[in-house]
Amino acid sequence: MALSRLASSSSGSNLLRPFASALSLTPSLRRPISSAADDSTTLTIETSLPFTSHNCEPPSRTLETTPKELMTFFRDMALMRRMEIAADSLYKAKLIRGFCHLYDGQEAVAIGMEAAITKKDCIITAYRDHCTFLGRGGTLLQVFAELMGRQAGSSKGKGGSMHFYKKDAGFYGGHGIVGAQIPLGCGLAFGQKYSKDETVTFALYGDGAANQGQLFEALNISALWDLPAILVCENNHYGMGTAEWRAAKSPAYYKRGDYVPGLKVDGMDVFAVKQACKFAKEHALKNGPIILEMDTYRYHGHSMSDPGSTYRTRDEISGVRQERDPIDRIRKLIFAHDLANEKDLKDIEKEVRKEVDEAIAQAKESPMPEPSELFTNIYVKGYGTESFGPDRKEIRTVLP
Amino acid sequence: MLGILRQKVGAGSPSAMILGQRICPATSAMRGFASSAKEMTVRDALNSALDEEMSADPKVFLMGEEVGEYQGAYKITKGLLDKYGPDRVRDTPITEAGFTGIGVGAAYYGLRPVIEFMTFNFSMQAIDHIINSAAKSNYMSAGQINVPIVFRGPNGAAAGVGAQHSQCYAAWYATCPGLKVLTPYSSEDARGLLKAAIRDPDPVVFLENEILYGESFPISAEVLDSSFCLPIGKAKIEREGKDVTITAFSKMVGYSLQAAEILAKEGISAEVINLRSIRPLDRKTINDSVRKTNRLVTVEEGFPQHGVGAEICASVVEDSFGYLDAPVERIAGADVPMPYAANLERLAVPQVEDIVRAAKRACYRASSLAASA
Repeated sequence: MALSRLASSSSGSNLLRPFASALSLTPSLRRPISSAADDSTTLTIETSLPFTSHNCEPPSRTLETTPKELMTFFRDMALMRRMEIAADSLYKAKLIRGFCHLYDGQEAVAIGMEAAITKKDCIITAYRDHCTFLGRGGTLLQVFAELMGRQAGSSKGKGGSMHFYKKDAGFYGGHGIVGAQIPLGCGLAFGQKYSKDETVTFALYGDGAANQGQLFEALNISALWDLPAILVCENNHYGMGTAEWRAAKSPAYYKRGDYVPGLKVDGMDVFAVKQACKFAKEHALKNGPIILEMDTYRYHGHSMSDPGSTYRTRDEISGVRQERDPIDRIRKLIFAHDLANEKDLKDIEKEVRKEVDEAIAQAKESPMPEPSELFTNIYVKGYGTESFGPDRKEIRTVLP
Repeated sequence: MLGILRQKVGAGSPSAMILGQRICPATSAMRGFASSAKEMTVRDALNSALDEEMSADPKVFLMGEEVGEYQGAYKITKGLLDKYGPDRVRDTPITEAGFTGIGVGAAYYGLRPVIEFMTFNFSMQAIDHIINSAAKSNYMSAGQINVPIVFRGPNGAAAGVGAQHSQCYAAWYATCPGLKVLTPYSSEDARGLLKAAIRDPDPVVFLENEILYGESFPISAEVLDSSFCLPIGKAKIEREGKDVTITAFSKMVGYSLQAAEILAKEGISAEVINLRSIRPLDRKTINDSVRKTNRLVTVEEGFPQHGVGAEICASVVEDSFGYLDAPVERIAGADVPMPYAANLERLAVPQVEDIVRAAKRACYRASSLAASA
């Protein structure tokens, strides 16, 4: 298949990289649509690109998958896509307030990572966390209810878009301060090593956070102490409105660890992500920290307040959508292996849409928190101390 | 029992002997526990508390600059590396933001870190993690993520260390819901409050005082027991009195006790409250005392504006206004960055005579009190 480069008119960026061949070299056989359950057949595929590495031997770009995995990837990413688009509408309808940072375009990172790890491994990320939370086992209801500030939300309505958590599945949030999650993630890895759990932590951050000093402080300590910390830069090429080349003297984020090995990954290829995360986990358990740079893209602006077009062209956005969309990649693979046809996938998308709509309806039914919830969870142990409302002669309470 | 306190300073300055302020522990020897002659320095009290809590719970570990091989910049962690090994006593690079964030992350995971700041001035490099990553997490996660971490180290002025090394952070940290802020004075306080802090499931800022480290206090068998713990949020009445309430914390408790001795000779009976806990603040003990004495002097070492005394004054005005016979008096550090020259430094921090003067002002405002010459 001929590979051609399409240059973006605005900055000559490499965002529109070729949609390289991912076709299996073995002849495909016509299969019935029960491939959704087919776990036994092995398909060999290649990632879009070989991995580029820094201070380590890259993993192979050839890997194995099953029809079931392919179909699951499609469905799960379609679900995430639909969820984020629905959140966009809810925000415009003023049912979601404050900040809302959407992940559509980046689904492959969340899904590929989950496929490579267990719920005993930890993930921590910044504020673009809706899909990461879903990937860790959170429900649509918990997402929408939290976004709308209702009791059924993952943080009972008290956190909001940027503060989803699911500790029982190793998801530690959900953080609003750019870069803070990186030392926190290294701390989780410290805990895992201290407890001899043989698990790892993935600390996700964006290209905007990649220049934060605390990243290098935490990475230094992690390397000194051999912590099983995997730093994952979700490089969507824009830190809010600032393009990577305007923020970083060296935007080769996978190399920024210097003595820490790194891998550059096509973040729009779920299999590349899976392979890289698997590789990183093995590495981190033996050798300490490693950096993964996921080359990805967000279709929305930085947040719902950002149209996303003052600092990049619409051509660039539609170009990436056309050439590198993660869901389309899987769609093409599914067709190439005859696992399903156009209508089947449309049906799945309809199902997913229905699931999302039902969750939204349910979330709308969930009440807002009781006023007394204002004063809960400040402390685990309040020792009977007092807390106050704005007028302490009016509202005063004792913390248990 | 006046003594000259000597200390070796590890941070920054060339090693030198420092003459600490003279503090008389004599008055505290009059308190309840002095039947046994056993005394313990605050340093040893902190060290023993850390030792016992590490022994009792394998999840407790220490992290900070020079806590291990150096035996602690102020020797608070002396011997602990040898006893517990390098996995549990971690020397860090000089990167507060990084190691504090790592500590908070370890607490998220379920460990019980004790993070040392060589002084709390350096905590400002990590304050985002203390406030946004630690204090608020339990609330933002509706109880899913609690953070059982202790941030400890010397706070406030030492002697001659200048503006960047002398600030008191009690008021800043105590503003934030979700944090607990403790300020031990005596060795009993140091042991009981540090043990309570380590056992506490919430983030605790534990503000020690360098000058107090070398000071000795009498200590009872009860306090020496490994299960000894002091309640968080309860102040202690160090000296009972009936004419004026003096609230203080940390080193200023000693000064206030000295002031009370002087006032007693002039016929003013001062009640000295050792706050022990700035957040939660023991408003009940303070208000009960003011309702008894009708006069209040707040004492602190830190900057006056928006300080601890301001909060105490507001609390008393809100809850006990009718009981006040005089305006509330505030004694605090001078509203200046800490100067170096010894005479200026002396003018920048509260002295015993300042507390005495304020108490007298509080007492002589009412016309019914007989004024003595």
